[in-house]
Amino acid sequence: MATERVILTAEDIRRALSRMAHEILERNKGAHALLLVGILTRGVPLAQRLAERIQRFEGVEVPVGSLDISFYRDDIHLRRPLPAGATHIPVDVTGRHCILVDDVLFTGRSVRAAMDALTDWGRPKSVQLAVLVDRGHRELPVRADYVGRNIPTSVREEVQVRLEEVDGRDEVVIVRSD
Amino acid sequence: MQKVETTPARRKAGSASVPWPHRHILDLDTFAPQEISLVLDLATSMKEVLGREVKKLPSLRGKTVITCFYEPSTRTRISFETAGKLLSADVINMQATGSSVEKGESLVDTLLTLQATACDVLVLRHPHAGAPYLAARWLGRTSVINAGDGTHAHPTQALLDLFTLREHLGTLEGRTIVIVGDIAHSRVARSNLWGMTKMGMRVVLCAPPTLLPWDLLKGRRETPGHPFASVEVETDLDKALEGADAVMALRLQKERMEAGLIPSLREYIALYQVNERRLLRARPGALVLHPGPMNEGVEISPAVAHGSQSVIQEQVTNGVAVRMALLYLLCMPAGGRP
Repeated sequence: MATERVILTAEDIRRALSRMAHEILERNKGAHALLLVGILTRGVPLAQRLAERIQRFEGVEVPVGSLDISFYRDDIHLRRPLPAGATHIPVDVTGRHCILVDDVLFTGRSVRAAMDALTDWGRPKSVQLAVLVDRGHRELPVRADYVGRNIPTSVREEVQVRLEEVDGRDEVVIVRSD
Repeated sequence: MQKVETTPARRKAGSASVPWPHRHILDLDTFAPQEISLVLDLATSMKEVLGREVKKLPSLRGKTVITCFYEPSTRTRISFETAGKLLSADVINMQATGSSVEKGESLVDTLLTLQATACDVLVLRHPHAGAPYLAARWLGRTSVINAGDGTHAHPTQALLDLFTLREHLGTLEGRTIVIVGDIAHSRVARSNLWGMTKMGMRVVLCAPPTLLPWDLLKGRRETPGHPFASVEVETDLDKALEGADAVMALRLQKERMEAGLIPSLREYIALYQVNERRLLRARPGALVLHPGPMNEGVEISPAVAHGSQSVIQEQVTNGVAVRMALLYLLCMPAGGRP
């Protein structure tokens, strides 16, 4: 029997993303040479929403890419990671501040894979990480630069981010299996 | 504001959840249509990697692939070697000439020796039909890929042909392909027969009666559930090509003529060569395929082989992508195979 608890509503997500967009602009002193790269699947719509906000706040259109990390994962010996979609990097990453965007930061292994994948496309000036939810339980020395919400969780719990573009509605829930 | 597609149309819904039951790739007769689709979907992602500046993935780091060829090969061997290296596997090439095979070592002893080197995947080409099946029976720790066994099968070539067709035609179901030439002795045609019929294509075989695979076609009309019930046979190439979406020409081996299976090369060219005039009978823009190597001027005219409708060079590129996908799938853990 699984129970669900909503921890972020659509309004919470909207506010968190607006704050994150401001933080990105503040830290990078504007939107110059930025590139937002969403980690498939839900990182991509989150990256697009951040880009929309940056354009609204700063008047600059930031390029948005998508990154499929399936072939870069380190758990091929444990499961069968298959491509979630197409990698699309619209501009040369070399010399840009690349912001990886993901929905949940957990062990850090996806981020490690994403950094490997990104550096196959060039040499970014810097790589930063933006996540909607940081749920802890890191297995690698990875931390996010921009966090929507820190949510302490148990390893037995599952954090599910649902987004309008993929799931038809915006919310973050914790699913606990008894 | 630009939009990045999160779920590209090329991606079949649910292909990630398709079970992968194959430890070896011996022929396509054991493949379900959704398993073929899974390979083609994965090959699409692999092909995207071929277009990058850094053509390298770390997926198979620490894995060893051995290509073991008892017959000459250019495309298939190079293609497997490239595929393995692009996935960061260690690839070792072994050819029968210059190996202990020349000292009389048996096939089984050679296979066991290769397995003892801790190889994960063995890519085997052999002049005798069934050799990869023997390998699969003897090798407990190594996956076997049939890279062509006698006149029996060449499953990876068939998969790359299907990939090429799907890439251009969008869908395979209901599309018409004409396979013309020495079908009886073509392992490519035999594997393609399995693959194409499973994917719902309309297959028309065109050849002189002496070069048709009657062993496969026997009883297809009378036997309920015969796998090749839908396959059509037409000995007149002009008729066969009417409305075809694609035509695949097969190499005519000179020894067939010497065996008396065709009256003369000149007559064969006159009746069965895929040339510009004949191609006009097919649909506008119909694709021209050939597994290679070609006898230009025999089964295919140079103008068609290198013309705008030819996808023969693309087949070679696609071969790398498809073999990358297969190596990737075979290197999955037991847990990855439900």
